[in-house]
Amino acid sequence: MLDKFASGSEAPESKSPQPISTSSEWTFELIQEYDRAIGALAEEFGLDTYPNQIEVICSEQMMDAYSSVGMPVGYHHWSFGKQFISVENNYQRGLMGLAYEIVINSNPCIAYLMEENTMTMQALVIAHASYGHNSFFKGNYLFRSWTDASSIIDYLIFAKNYISRCEQRHGLNEVEAILDSCHALMNYGVDRYKRPYPISAVEEERKQQEREEYRQRQLNDLWRTIPKLGDGVEETKVKRFPEEPQENILYFIEKNAPLLENWQRELVRIVRKLAQYFYPQRQTQVMNEGWATFWHYTLLSELYKRGQVTEGFMIEFLQSHTNVIYQASFDSPHYSGINPYTLGFSIFSDLRRICESPTEEDYLWFPDIAGSNWKETLQFAMRDFKDESFILQFLSPKVMRDMKLFCISDNDKENDIIVSAIHDERGYRQLRENLAGQYNLGNREPNIQVYSVDTRGDRSLTLHHTQYKRRPLGKDSTEVLKHLHRLWGFDVHLNSLNGDEITASYHCPEQGRDRSEGEEESMLIPKPI
Amino acid sequence: MSYIIDRRLNGKKKSTVNRQRFLRRYKAHIKKAVGDAMNSRSIMDMDKGERISIPTRDISEPLFSHGAGGHVERVLPGNKQFTAGDRIPRQGQRGGDGGGSGASDSGEGVDEFVFQISQEEFLDFMFEGLQLPNMIKQRLAGNESFQIVRAGISNEGTPGRINVIRSLRAAHARRIALTSSKRRNLRALENDLTQEEEKDTALRDQRKIEALKTQIADLRSRIQRVPFLDDFDLKYNLLIRQPKPRSRAVMFCLMDVSGSMNQATKDMAKRFFLLLYLFLQRSYEYTEVVFIRHHTSAKEVDEEEFFYSRETGGTIVSSALKLMRRIIQERYPDNEWNIYGAQASDGDNWNDDSSTCHRILIDDIMPHVQYYSYVEITPRDHQALWEEYESVRTLFPSHFAMEQIVDVQDIYPVFRQLFSQKVTA
Repeated sequence: MLDKFASGSEAPESKSPQPISTSSEWTFELIQEYDRAIGALAEEFGLDTYPNQIEVICSEQMMDAYSSVGMPVGYHHWSFGKQFISVENNYQRGLMGLAYEIVINSNPCIAYLMEENTMTMQALVIAHASYGHNSFFKGNYLFRSWTDASSIIDYLIFAKNYISRCEQRHGLNEVEAILDSCHALMNYGVDRYKRPYPISAVEEERKQQEREEYRQRQLNDLWRTIPKLGDGVEETKVKRFPEEPQENILYFIEKNAPLLENWQRELVRIVRKLAQYFYPQRQTQVMNEGWATFWHYTLLSELYKRGQVTEGFMIEFLQSHTNVIYQASFDSPHYSGINPYTLGFSIFSDLRRICESPTEEDYLWFPDIAGSNWKETLQFAMRDFKDESFILQFLSPKVMRDMKLFCISDNDKENDIIVSAIHDERGYRQLRENLAGQYNLGNREPNIQVYSVDTRGDRSLTLHHTQYKRRPLGKDSTEVLKHLHRLWGFDVHLNSLNGDEITASYHCPEQGRDRSEGEEESMLIPKPI
Repeated sequence: MSYIIDRRLNGKKKSTVNRQRFLRRYKAHIKKAVGDAMNSRSIMDMDKGERISIPTRDISEPLFSHGAGGHVERVLPGNKQFTAGDRIPRQGQRGGDGGGSGASDSGEGVDEFVFQISQEEFLDFMFEGLQLPNMIKQRLAGNESFQIVRAGISNEGTPGRINVIRSLRAAHARRIALTSSKRRNLRALENDLTQEEEKDTALRDQRKIEALKTQIADLRSRIQRVPFLDDFDLKYNLLIRQPKPRSRAVMFCLMDVSGSMNQATKDMAKRFFLLLYLFLQRSYEYTEVVFIRHHTSAKEVDEEEFFYSRETGGTIVSSALKLMRRIIQERYPDNEWNIYGAQASDGDNWNDDSSTCHRILIDDIMPHVQYYSYVEITPRDHQALWEEYESVRTLFPSHFAMEQIVDVQDIYPVFRQLFSQKVTA
């Protein structure tokens, strides 16, 4: 990256405009000016953004923002407190620096700048968050179709108020218990096929009341177990419930858990909505960060080329930029996975290179984009992909070589770990597929679905885990099952399946002492005559 | 168009509630840590915050995740020597370069979640569930502080304190009172007028109508002239200064410094005194401490000397009690002070002195103090002093307490025992 910048710097075409600032102190006027300059440039490059709201905050407020996942308002829960305490501790003991910015996918797009940043850092952050991330939020298909930037803040306010009302009415412990359970299942509360409707807080409140009334009137399917007299034939044909396996466990709970109170269902719903909101972010980390990094680099380099920033500014900027995209190699003690900033930035930069100065190899690998207009190609790549498909589509051999990627295959049936592919002609495709697979949420998280409910028996809920490459479930599973049990109210079973064979089963309550209670319970249910 | 907003002045403590929720949830853990800290801390920093550590597995939030095993393909950066097909022996490999979060599972049980609680929080946990007995005398001492309280409504005051509602209500009442007879007349006249006007044209008395009309107009203008708001309608909020009673307490620390008390015993006594002092400080706005140390004779000393200087000699406990009695009489009249006594000793006393102690306590000290606690720091059997004190306890069961401390670990439990909240029957 450094060399690229140098080549740009050789031709400071017209040094006529004065640099915007020369000192490292920032002022509000300067921020405004930088924002104007960067904004104008972003428009030239064709970035489409939400309006920006830039907020300057101090480090303590940054820690607050950290612990509420960046949300400006949030309901109260101990886990955020835990988060806050650990951030505060690490920060005070100098174990970690705070991020320079946090940006929220909302309309207007809110970006937090830290008061401690220098002018250069503020400009970097503005370019990164207010134009990079912002345009990604507005353009990427996942964000466009699954989140509603204009109503998220309203919804958060509604959620906060609703939950604190519940706390007053039903007690802190009750509410906390339900929220704990919901958080444990948060990743299984996402609807992947339907787009939620945009609603405002007021409307949400009204709807919530409607829902409550409706539920009150509605007789739950699960209770409809009293058999009709006369036709014994019907009984033999037991209808499965649910008819199809359900992957949205929280939704299933909200609609079908027999014992939940209305307010508890509403809490489930709130957590589910938030999970939905964060779902695209979890799927586009590499792209999102890569995109923002690519643009802060491009925009600020362009500013320099036009003589609007000084050399000192550029040196400081490049230093933090190289820190951001630093990738430790796998055997370094600092290694903690692939840095999404590096990967994303490399792919986007390489895409631009492929468009502007394609090589033989590029024509072979990317026949349709080599030599095309880079701005359009990048926009296309940003709009219509998520991490998995983005890597599968655009990870070029050059990036694999630069990052020296290699793939190991860790199979518990083998004695050794095998290096299955490296960055060479034979390995490119496999590497790319495997790396993409690593970003597939479906592979990352165990695939667990609601399989059936014993509507005529003890109302137990059975889940199926479909194993991915024979990978078993982690140790926490029994704990999570306890949470599920709390929400469902009756026995919960989880079977882990490899193909059709059940390899492990988890139960809550633990099996062994079960039947004595179970019998009592089933006595309550009328037996068919 | 971008909006740039300065939020630095906004609230910073947004996470306070969440933090409190966290502390509340892990109260049991924190209390245990506080209890441990009590025993291990040096005496001087008893009132600082504390680092609390909780096993990570107790506070983890469980999620479904993949466990180790099965077939995992992993892409890593920074290849140096590998080529496709290389075999790497499996040894500790999984933890070493394993993918991010999976690796930490193996370290379970070792990890501790460590954080700092403030002094305030520390003391809250430390004294939770404890109560100072007999806090009846929330006595006022010299009127040093005032608080401003509302004291109803007055007719005089500064414009800034006008009570709008009361003023307008008064004005309304005045207007009704001043105009009621006129309005009654007005209604009567208007009645007459309409009656007159409804009569047949021939019978109408035009002059009477005229007269009525002038009368009505006259009355109307007089009603109009009653002012909407008059000076004496104005009502003001009245604020007065009230002397604020200040509760204050004096604590007498009595310690035996005779030869039989070694440094370790004194150290324990000191810890006990300090706990009591911190506790008093939380309960009273103003606390004074009187240090009395004694061997064969008693002396009032400052803190430094009390704890660190060393003397030898025999032991006459009553000398300290006599000094305490004198100081109470001279400086701390019991109608102005809450008086607490705390005595630490190893139980040694001059043989015939114990009965003197008994007498002084019963006659001169117990009637004046809120609470008197005696700790005997000894691993040995009790002597005469303990027995005499036991008889004092039977006489003043709610004002006198005594416990035995054998080693440092006992101090906090004994303290808790002495001040645990008594369930009132």
